[in-house]
Amino acid sequence: MSIPALEVDDLQTHFLTRAGVAKAVNGVSFRVERGEILGLVGESGSGKTVTGFSILGLVDPPGQVVGGTVRVGGDVVSGLDDRAMARIRGKRVSMIFQDPMMTLNPVLRIDTQMIETIRAHETISVTAARARAREALALVGIAAPDERLLAYPHQLSGGMRQRVAIATAMLNRPEVIIADEPTTALDVTIQAQILYEVQELCRRFGTALVWITHDLSVVASLADRIAVMYAGRIVEEGPVDDVLDRPLHPYTRGLIDSVPQPGLRGGRLVPIPGMAPALVGLGEGCAFRARCARASMACASQPALRELRPGQRARCVHPLTVGSHAA
Amino acid sequence: MSTAPILELRGIVKRFSTELDLAARLLNLLGAGYRAETVHAVDGVDLTIRRGEVVGLVGESGCGKSTLARVIAGIHAPTDGRLFFEGSDVAAMEGRERARFVRKVQMIFQDPMSSLNPRKRVQDIIGEAPVVHGLVPASEAAAYVDDLLAQVGLDSSYRRRLPHQFSGGQRQRIGIARALAVRPDVLVCDEAVAALDVSIQAQILNLFADLKSRFDLTYLFVSHDLGVVHHLAERVVIMYLGRIVEVAPTAELFREPNHPYAAALLQEVPRLDRRRRRFQPIKGELPSPLDPPKGCHFHPRCPHAMNRCRSEVPPLRRIAPDRWSACHLNDG
Ligand SMILES: Nc1ncnc2c1ncn2[C@@H]1O[C@H](COP(=O)(O)OP(=O)(O)OP(=O)(O)O)[C@@H](O)[C@H]1O
Ligand SMILES: Nc1ncnc2c1ncn2[C@@H]1O[C@H](COP(=O)(O)OP(=O)(O)O)[C@@H](O)[C@H]1O
Ligand code: SF4
Ligand code: SF4
Ligand SMILES: [Mg+2]
Ligand SMILES: [Mg+2]
Repeated sequence: MSIPALEVDDLQTHFLTRAGVAKAVNGVSFRVERGEILGLVGESGSGKTVTGFSILGLVDPPGQVVGGTVRVGGDVVSGLDDRAMARIRGKRVSMIFQDPMMTLNPVLRIDTQMIETIRAHETISVTAARARAREALALVGIAAPDERLLAYPHQLSGGMRQRVAIATAMLNRPEVIIADEPTTALDVTIQAQILYEVQELCRRFGTALVWITHDLSVVASLADRIAVMYAGRIVEEGPVDDVLDRPLHPYTRGLIDSVPQPGLRGGRLVPIPGMAPALVGLGEGCAFRARCARASMACASQPALRELRPGQRARCVHPLTVGSHAA
Repeated sequence: MSTAPILELRGIVKRFSTELDLAARLLNLLGAGYRAETVHAVDGVDLTIRRGEVVGLVGESGCGKSTLARVIAGIHAPTDGRLFFEGSDVAAMEGRERARFVRKVQMIFQDPMSSLNPRKRVQDIIGEAPVVHGLVPASEAAAYVDDLLAQVGLDSSYRRRLPHQFSGGQRQRIGIARALAVRPDVLVCDEAVAALDVSIQAQILNLFADLKSRFDLTYLFVSHDLGVVHHLAERVVIMYLGRIVEVAPTAELFREPNHPYAAALLQEVPRLDRRRRRFQPIKGELPSPLDPPKGCHFHPRCPHAMNRCRSEVPPLRRIAPDRWSACHLNDG
């Protein structure tokens, strides 16, 4: 088997709060192949952003990565010191944030910041770097890139700023991009443009993409595989069609049933009862059990993530629909 | 379904004069020459809302949905045009008639936290207005609030709590209970589920559906989420840059949109049943509402744009029973 572009093994990130320890990322493992798009979905607070930040070594106190290994193209990039990590970030792994201003510097012109991003990792002339920045802007569908290079971030629309952030993330042709809800604040037609461009870029350059979102529909449209997070853990993972059409975990089923769908117009949705648990003081056992109709005594101890169908894994004692599809 | 109009909008216009933001003022010091300008947030809207129906209002950010919603709820006075409630011109209302309109049309907002007074307890948030309006004697306010809390699925023990002690979904239930407390006929919901997680959003959407039949309500449901609007609305209104471009019964619109912008919007909305699709997005940015294109506002992005689209505003025309569209293509 080829070396995956990104391999995350048993990642653990804790926040020390006044109330106690919040295990925001609690043993997360997954891999993404070259050119593959993994959709990381979950509701707010499930640990998606902290997972992304942990991979890039961007977690600040009171948070701390307390365990696990991250490999990019087979090389371990976790546990590195700041200088070593700075050489990886933006070069081999890039991040795109929900707010593009996390990437962009408000007081610098677009060309200045893009050229700096290239020259931070490569000895290359300003002219050559500028040409590459221009090409990157054109690649993400920015009209009149020469003009935009001279603009300041506030002179651009939200969608255009996000495109500049994506172009900046792509500048050094990273092996992996982690994108944290980059289209959530954008309009449907602008979101579609960006999804289209990102899809093209991954195909064209073999970039592995982790697309973090709370929106199952976006993942359905975009991703090859899905990982579903709940309370700091991946509870189900597999190919998009399998997970969406034959979910194994009751939480995944609940999420799907909560989304208004054309066939169900005007009917009642089937929401998940209750709400997500607080992470501090979350005991042993399946974190979903207070909301789960299938819960039993057996769910009081933490279920392992098991492969229940080829390529599809779930963390559940009483998974759904396995019987009817098992060999 | 009764077809008597409860609300009628005729030629509603709402303009705002913008102040320069800090960045623009700073750049002006460097000679940039930004000027204060006028936004046509709502640019001539005609719409009839019938008693008992659920109308969805969709469109992209800044197209004027919230502004129109606020005009309908009486929060903004229109710059031009007329709003009729049960056949009476709202601008001409005074005294008790005016108070009745204000009570009968209630608004529910996206962020319940910013619309609930953080220092007031739930009891007062929900119970004050109905007492002021003389709907409930003060001595019965507590029981009235208990009943409303039950209607929106909250425990009556929450009466003494403050807004920050609730989750987003619970706060939205409180916002709904507060609106219901004055026995409205119309709820204008502006992105009322947008801030909620999908599992909580489903709970609130079910609640809206229950309350509608229980209290005979009329809804204007503003949302950028086409899935939500498709689910809830009987009729959909689509806006683009301050103007209505299409109005149609929901099922017909989703089956066969007429306006090129409506078609593009429906085409591009991600759906659970559309897997690994190749997006074929329409090109171009959303133009600035400060400087909208001449003629049809959509023409710079429209794949069918013709010469006259660049100069002539297409009027909203009836194209079939109960269907309206503003596109020159319908002239044949
Ligand atoms: N109080 C105001 N002063 C100045 N301009 C305003 C004001 N309220 C709205 N606008 C402008 O009017 C236009 C329409 O705004 P509105 O809030 O109605 O849009 P919307 O469709 O609700 O957008 P969103 O989907 O982002 O909520 C925008 O250009 C906005 O900037
Ligand atoms: N700076 C912080 N201090 C304390 N807790 C935090 C901090 N940042 C995140 N967390 C906690 O970590 C958990 C996961 O957060 P996050 O990864 O942002 O969720 P998501 O991106 O899935 O919405 C949440 O319970 C959140 O409250
Ligand atoms: S482990 Fe038990 S409680 Fe958790 S999801 Fe499975 S059945 Fe439900
Ligand atoms: S009027 Fe012209 S530009 Fe506008 S939507 Fe119709 S065809 Fe397109
Ligand atoms: Mg997040
Ligand atoms: Mg709005």
